[in-house]
Amino acid sequence: MSDLIRLNAADLAAKLASGEVSSVEATKAHLDRIAAVDGAVHAFLHVNAEALETAADVDRRRAAGEELGPLAGVPIAVKDVLVTKGMPSTSGSRILEGWIPPYDATPVRKVREAGMVPLGKTNMDEFAMGSSTEHSAYGPTHNPWDLDRIPGGSGGGSAAAVAAFEAPLALGSDTGGSIRQPAHVTGTVGTKPTYGGVSRYGSIALASSLDQVGPVSRTVLDAALLHDVIAGHDPHDQTSIPDAWPSMADAVRRADVSGLRIGVVKELDSDGFQAGVRQRFHESLELLAANGAEIVEVSAPNFEYAIAAYYLILPAEASSNLAKFDSVRFGLRVVPEGGGTVEEVMAATREAGFGPEVKRRIILGTYALSAGYYDAYYGSAQKVRTLVQQDFDAAFAQVDVLATPTAPTTAFKLGEKLDDPLSMYLNDVATIPANLAGVPGISVPTGLAPEDGLPVGIQFLAPAREDARLYNVGGALEAILVDRWGGPLLSQAPDLSTHELMATEEGVV
Amino acid sequence: MSEISAEQVAHLANLARIALTEEEIEHLTTELGQIMQAVEKVSEVATPDVVPTSHPIPLHNPLREDVPTDVLSVEQALSGAPEHDGTRFVVSAILGEEQ
Amino acid sequence: MARAALMDFDEALERFEPVIGLEVHVELNTRTKMFSSAPNPANDEFHGAEPNTLVAPVDMGLPGSLPAVNATAVRYSISLGLALGCGIAPSSRFARKNYFYPDLGKNYQISQYDEPIAFEGSVEVELENGRTFEVAIERAHMEEDAGKLTHVGSTGRIHGAEYSLVDYNRAGVPLVEIVTKPIVGAGADAPALARAYVATIRDIVLSLGISEARMERGNLRCDANVSLRPKGQEKFGTRTETKNVNSMRSVERAVRYEIQRQAAILADGGTITQETRHWHEDTGTTSPGRPKSDADDYRYFPEPDLLPVEPDPAVIEELRAALPEPPAARRRRLKAEWGFTDLEFQDVANGGLLNEVAATVDAGASPAAARKWWTGELTRIANAQGADPAGLAEPAHVAELAALVDEGILTDRLARQVLEGVVAGEGSPREIVDARGLAVVSDDGALISAIDEALAAQPDVLAKIRDGKVQAAGAVIGAVMKAMQGKADAARVRELVLERAAADS
Repeated sequence: MSDLIRLNAADLAAKLASGEVSSVEATKAHLDRIAAVDGAVHAFLHVNAEALETAADVDRRRAAGEELGPLAGVPIAVKDVLVTKGMPSTSGSRILEGWIPPYDATPVRKVREAGMVPLGKTNMDEFAMGSSTEHSAYGPTHNPWDLDRIPGGSGGGSAAAVAAFEAPLALGSDTGGSIRQPAHVTGTVGTKPTYGGVSRYGSIALASSLDQVGPVSRTVLDAALLHDVIAGHDPHDQTSIPDAWPSMADAVRRADVSGLRIGVVKELDSDGFQAGVRQRFHESLELLAANGAEIVEVSAPNFEYAIAAYYLILPAEASSNLAKFDSVRFGLRVVPEGGGTVEEVMAATREAGFGPEVKRRIILGTYALSAGYYDAYYGSAQKVRTLVQQDFDAAFAQVDVLATPTAPTTAFKLGEKLDDPLSMYLNDVATIPANLAGVPGISVPTGLAPEDGLPVGIQFLAPAREDARLYNVGGALEAILVDRWGGPLLSQAPDLSTHELMATEEGVV
Repeated sequence: MSEISAEQVAHLANLARIALTEEEIEHLTTELGQIMQAVEKVSEVATPDVVPTSHPIPLHNPLREDVPTDVLSVEQALSGAPEHDGTRFVVSAILGEEQ
Repeated sequence: MARAALMDFDEALERFEPVIGLEVHVELNTRTKMFSSAPNPANDEFHGAEPNTLVAPVDMGLPGSLPAVNATAVRYSISLGLALGCGIAPSSRFARKNYFYPDLGKNYQISQYDEPIAFEGSVEVELENGRTFEVAIERAHMEEDAGKLTHVGSTGRIHGAEYSLVDYNRAGVPLVEIVTKPIVGAGADAPALARAYVATIRDIVLSLGISEARMERGNLRCDANVSLRPKGQEKFGTRTETKNVNSMRSVERAVRYEIQRQAAILADGGTITQETRHWHEDTGTTSPGRPKSDADDYRYFPEPDLLPVEPDPAVIEELRAALPEPPAARRRRLKAEWGFTDLEFQDVANGGLLNEVAATVDAGASPAAARKWWTGELTRIANAQGADPAGLAEPAHVAELAALVDEGILTDRLARQVLEGVVAGEGSPREIVDARGLAVVSDDGALISAIDEALAAQPDVLAKIRDGKVQAAGAVIGAVMKAMQGKADAARVRELVLERAAADS
């Protein structure tokens, strides 16, 4: 396989800037890689037919001496939750099959304006509801570390694309861990920025008060570079933060944990987590301590209620956000046999167009909001949100950042938890509190769990607006670990070229 | 509180405009009961003195200036429609009345 | 559907006390919509656009789109709240009202629910008969309008339609919904009060300049709640809500109809169903919509895409200081300033011509002349055209016309011709006088030669006048006026004829 695809975004960008490599070459290498391995991985739902044209345009502009951004010419994969002008956007749902939006999501617009090259749209759980990508209407994505296992979710496609060297960077969205948990199970990096740090305009809403778009990458610096491209206030999203942001990339370049106080959340360091996950977590903390960080135990007693609150708030908001899929203006239309009124057409379309998990959550959310239950359910969940925020406030009064394992286990087998929604929901136990409180979080690879040889990650959390702290601590830890490993963790991933061959022989590609 | 009947699920499906099958209703009735039992945990700490949070980051942003900018062309507006007549969206006959 | 039995109105009022509640929706005339920067068709600048040409992604609920609150719509809403004597909430919130309907792009309406921007006010309303009421306002809140459905099929109505067409131009038009508290004690004046209340709201929004306020376009819409209780009973009766009554006259008729209909049912021992009813302009009746049911579970919750609205207190005070005079106070002031009798004033006010007369007076006309032209000739032309007299002519043109009459350049009769030209858009009165050559002929020489011609044709007239039959002059005057094509002052012609008779004798 071409060396170009193994380059980090920062390194590739340097070669593009120096003229050593053209964007067309880099893009072509990634398109070839997609053609070779995506039959096995299934990270992409759509490959951008105009990618090479876009790359050629960037090359022309560079040749003409135009001032270009630091990531200009670098290819990027886009989670299908983000609407893209001219490219289908389905959010993993049958109900939007074939829909081509007439506008770009703000993060997509910013990526294009930065001269980056969209490679295509990545697979996801339908409407981002899930932790395994198995709820995609278009079939699951496979974990590049073990194709029989899940790549995490909902953004399994973006994480797998990056882990399988199909793209150096990807955009994801995180409502309860959909960027961080896939990063954890695929050995990649993913950041959920502070709520409002990145515009939600054009991100097909799951739960509006929890959703946040963020970067997916193989290194902390790459995530930071992409974060710098997409962050900032957007008048189209009145919940986006107007503050100016410091450079996240600078935070990585200046990474230094001496004197940094790191809080370990006692409630998320328990027997409920797989042994290898905890082992790598504690090793990482020791390494950070050895490099000058101070490790402090903190308590967040209300985190225990976070999942319950999340599974009330999310379905409630989702039930309303997904009402727009009604067969009138876009997407699928299913007419009942013998015709029907518009009401019947809507109901038949939604029955046929939504998968079981989406229906489950819509019904749940409709119930949680219905008259007589609002106070007991949605209202109470919003109170838990206050309590979780208070826990964060108390913790951040003592420490600069918090650390937890990103998720309780390594990647589980495809199909293993599909029929047990409650057990699936528990996957998000460590990631959900950040969404409830709006604080930023990052997942950084910490190694492989000894018992199954699968990747695990550590999650750092910072106070709202302090995303740069995540890049500081994440960058520092990554540098220490890569040094110990003698190279990036992903170099230990199985070579997909065998699948490449198989896939080619079977004609899957 | 978590006792949910099949009739309730059918009613919720009607509110949510999803033509669930009998099997789905039956299945969801059981699942919803279990899920609600798990999430009712919130009531343990959601006491009257706690103020609810509906927006995670308190902000005071300027509102939008009243200047026309975003507008789709009629072709763009209709581009994804399952059925249209060139200027308007077409839907089958409506049973209920205007709100 | 059988026609409902009605009780005689006076009898109904003898036995029952009506309680009414009014919900008025005002479409604001901001340049853009409530939550998008698409042009607003409720602004005259964009009215009448082709279907689905004033649509931004959020107006049609495109996936990924987000609402963004219009700063001017908030200012207008605050001004309206203040004009209604309401308190302005330091923090108010938008909420989602969830229901499926094809004219609603998102299948929820962004409205305000438990935290409206304005609350607890009152408005002084003057009836056509001069009686005044204080109407208590419960709240005024911001929300968005829905799109427009056209039912296509044999009947053109919703029932029996084969399919419907949807236009989202109106979706997202900024609305303020004003809700009164129950209005008790109007008795037989309840229907007239309902009408006068809507007229007052119209006057207020026009004076604020925040809505085009044309009921025929739906800029102002009224839902009327009516219930009856037996006289002496404390508890309110069951109410009905008659939706979208879209003219002043219909508001009055609909309330009157519901009183008569409900009285007949109650007197017969029946019960009123709490329901939505529809007003039929053609038959002057209401018919039941669907009964209130659990399908009305709107599942309100705070709109997570929007922040609370927290207006700067200084801005509120600025808007308060800029409020125009309240309509009732303005009426009292104008009536005194103009020196009109009660009847004269009501003639102007009930004709909806207060602003026109005031502007005409401001442009230099006497109040009497301004009143005469607006309630007289202009109203006559408007009636003939089926139009509203207000807007038929520029007040400045009417003032100019009055001045031309005062200066003796036009007779009343000529002035009426000039006015027709003004209404037809031919220009200002002076321009029309010049263009048509309509000025009074004040040159006696021209008149005398015309008189000579007329006398030559009717030689016996002078003799009759000399015999004391002065009325015989009429025939000559008529002939002269005809010859001068009306551009002569008849009184002067008469003088000249009489002078001639005296001189020749």
